[in-house]
Amino acid sequence: MNEVLAPVTGVGRKASQPAPAKEAVTLTEHIVEVISDSGEGAQRCGQSLGAIAARMGNGIWTTEIIPAEIQPPARSVAGASGIRIRMGSRRVTNGGDETDLVVAFNEQVLLGRVQAGELKHGATILLESMWREHRDPKIVASYAEVLKALHDDGYRVIEAPLEQECRKLVSDPHRGKNMFVLGMLCNIYSLELKLGREQVERIFGKKDEIVIRTNQQLLEAGWQWAEENLDFKYRIPAKRSAEPQIVVNGNTAIALGILASGMEICAMYPITPATSASHYLSDVFERVGGIVHQAEDEIAACAFAVGASYAGKCAVTITSGPGFSLKQEVIGLAVMAEIPLVVVNVQRGGPSTGQPTKMEQGDMLAACFGSHGDAPKVVIAASSIEDCFYSIITARKLAETFNMVVVVLSDASLATAQQPFPRPSFSEDWLAPPVDQSPVPEGAKPYDWDPVTGLTRRFVPGQPGGMHTLTGLAHDRLSHVAYDPASNEEGLRYRSLKLAALQRTLKTPPVFGEPEGDMLVVGWGSTKGAIEEAVERLSAEGLKVSSLHLQFIQPMPSGVKEIMGRFKGVMTVESNWSDRLEDEIIDESNRRYAALAMILRARTLVDVDCWSEARGEPIKPRAICDAVRERLKLGGGQR
Amino acid sequence: MTLPATQCLLRLHQEQPSLEDYQDGVSRWCKGCGDNAILAAVQRLCRDEALRPEKTVFVSGIGCSSRLPHYMKTYGFHGIHGRAFPVAEGIKMARPDLHVFVSTGDGDCCSIGAAHWIHAIRYNMNMTVMLHDNHIYGLTKNQVSPTSPIGLKSSTTPRGSELEALNPLSVTLGVQNVSFVAQAVDWVPEVMYDIMSAAFRHRGFSFVRIIQRCPEFLPEMFEPWLHDPQKTLLLTHQDGLQLSAGVTQTYKNQQQHDPSNIDRAREIASLEDPIPVGILYRNPEVPCYEDLRHPARMRTPDFIRAGFEMELDKVTVWPDEDLQTQGAGRATG
Repeated sequence: MNEVLAPVTGVGRKASQPAPAKEAVTLTEHIVEVISDSGEGAQRCGQSLGAIAARMGNGIWTTEIIPAEIQPPARSVAGASGIRIRMGSRRVTNGGDETDLVVAFNEQVLLGRVQAGELKHGATILLESMWREHRDPKIVASYAEVLKALHDDGYRVIEAPLEQECRKLVSDPHRGKNMFVLGMLCNIYSLELKLGREQVERIFGKKDEIVIRTNQQLLEAGWQWAEENLDFKYRIPAKRSAEPQIVVNGNTAIALGILASGMEICAMYPITPATSASHYLSDVFERVGGIVHQAEDEIAACAFAVGASYAGKCAVTITSGPGFSLKQEVIGLAVMAEIPLVVVNVQRGGPSTGQPTKMEQGDMLAACFGSHGDAPKVVIAASSIEDCFYSIITARKLAETFNMVVVVLSDASLATAQQPFPRPSFSEDWLAPPVDQSPVPEGAKPYDWDPVTGLTRRFVPGQPGGMHTLTGLAHDRLSHVAYDPASNEEGLRYRSLKLAALQRTLKTPPVFGEPEGDMLVVGWGSTKGAIEEAVERLSAEGLKVSSLHLQFIQPMPSGVKEIMGRFKGVMTVESNWSDRLEDEIIDESNRRYAALAMILRARTLVDVDCWSEARGEPIKPRAICDAVRERLKLGGGQR
Repeated sequence: MTLPATQCLLRLHQEQPSLEDYQDGVSRWCKGCGDNAILAAVQRLCRDEALRPEKTVFVSGIGCSSRLPHYMKTYGFHGIHGRAFPVAEGIKMARPDLHVFVSTGDGDCCSIGAAHWIHAIRYNMNMTVMLHDNHIYGLTKNQVSPTSPIGLKSSTTPRGSELEALNPLSVTLGVQNVSFVAQAVDWVPEVMYDIMSAAFRHRGFSFVRIIQRCPEFLPEMFEPWLHDPQKTLLLTHQDGLQLSAGVTQTYKNQQQHDPSNIDRAREIASLEDPIPVGILYRNPEVPCYEDLRHPARMRTPDFIRAGFEMELDKVTVWPDEDLQTQGAGRATG
């Protein structure tokens, strides 16, 4: 976007003169942010913009910007709350790099984003102008100072009288501003205003007609204001998919997956960022005969789910990092007693309370190796919004087929990110079978482990002849407590074999890009889109870089080592901490690698390098490109 | 051969289970342990109520008390320390058709699992709870428990414990939604059986604290009560226990107590000497959580599909939308 700017008056251009007729500039993609104090509705505005663009047929990815506090001080740099929307002509798989256009409700929250380096050089800023004439002279001064600095730094700042315009329609413009801004953005990106009106209806559908009408008026006023006052307009050509698409975020996708998997009971305890999945589920689950039980704590939530699963109805518990730690003992019980259980961990920054609203891929090792003793369990990582949905259905099936704990890893960035994906077409095969109440054949044992696969049939209460006491103690085939070495090792062997039995059924994941080259980037979870975009960019530069993304972390499919062997170097890209080699006392002998690198090194004996960051935000494709280029320059990742 | 329904019913009634139908193995508790008396009472209860063994689940945590399920020929769930209640709740929520019993100890229930205990009372799910309270940790060998009397010397309190004992009856009677509280002692097994029977028949969270002896670590603790029947106070009422002539002859210290009177129940609960035995409180009107939560409709695949499609409709972008129709309410195949 290099179109000529209209003459600027003063420091920021005051958008009051009618703009000349304008041609929409065609773009392939754009990144927009709406930034405000908490509670001003920026996220709803951005989600709506994303939904409208998706209905137009654009690819979208939305990323929420959430401060840790519910009500951080107003007009503070740290309190920036908002949303980023990446819109493109093609499918969009990640949040992208820096922002092209931002609407800011005050200059302080904007400053937060500028200081974080989130704005592209020369980005367009639409800034609420009410602060210019505020009664507090300090605010007036701060506003003028920031405005000048932004202008000096080369940003295109346009002052927009958001509240002033809204006040023409509503008495409390503070609450309606977001819909005004939505209207502006619909105009700027040439989106159908009609879709905007419908979006308002969807949002406020439960409220009365006056609320809907008022917000539609605000939307139209915003559109009109932009039409009359801005001298630019964009168009991102869209192509509607031939198949119906659904637009939801990762947590909603998880909840929909629970709905469609036939699971009946979800036991949870509130924790950020996992909880919104349960909010949605609480709203819709009971309509299909499900129950969301908010337990007294994380341990109880997990134990409740274990009890329900034991009684024949595979249940799910949803949590985030610290809650996952608390559940570990119960998870160990489920492993030992071979009770199916689905555990969803929407990872966040940690340890302790860490960064509850920010993303990190910090719990992979805890998921694989957590709990006490040898506790083999299945670990799946969802890599997209669509994957969040299907992972749950897969998880329920695996849990019940193998009588195992299946951990589904998501993270804070997937939790709130929105991306369209093909509307799932419901299959009865997804549902759990009815609870088996048939009599157990005489002589059948509750743990009749198959010598090859370790699999055993499970007896469920209500089955005549199946009575036994399940125990968390080591036990023999009759479920009798066993202290002898042979019985202990027999149980350990078969519980472990089940992972191998599952592994034998897994397909080798496909390589993204050329099947051989100089560098293979291996990733897992939410970084998939960014990694693949980076691979595309690097390949376009002529570098021989490909990527591999793992959905199954434990067990890991076969063939990974063979793929690695076709590349000169292998590195993982992850969002968790790994020691930096530039630190004085860090060397190969003491370096703590990123989680997946650690597992890959152990499993393949390949000298896998890693590059990771734990900034609490999604990794940008640009950062991955820089890291890979640097590794290639250093000849890194070589074995 | 087919039988008319009435005949099937008759046959069910004719089924006369015996104690052996519920007995599994020989208990590994110490000689003289009060747990044996509890086991005998509960096996008798199962027989007298003719509970179908496959429809009955005994859930426990960890501790001496929690071995009880192993000696029952029903389904059993011997889980982890302190978590018997949430496991039992999950079972009951998933399967209201099952009879659920919980065996827990003073450490399991009142210490590591205390949070679950409080909330289990509040959920008031239909289950029968036996708190095996011997005032000491036995399985881990002689540590002070929350119900140990102040001054008790144990492996972790060699100079005597500093804190007053927690009173499980008072705590339970202080929680919202409490619906059944009783106390039994292992040295009056006949009354223990009557109390457990009343507990089982109460629909809700029936909490029975059973004071039991630990011959290994606290062999002397209840000697004065064993030697003096006056130190055991039996609570009787037309809506509570009715005692046999034999019991009445030995335990003459009796009091009329109406189990619907919660204020009086709280007063009785705080008595330590004599030890009150009987039904302190019963309120059949308190709703059960599983009844409140269970949806009225049967869960069929079509029902689930309809709900799922309805949700998807709200978020679907249709290819032929033509910017005119709204997704909502659109039929799909």
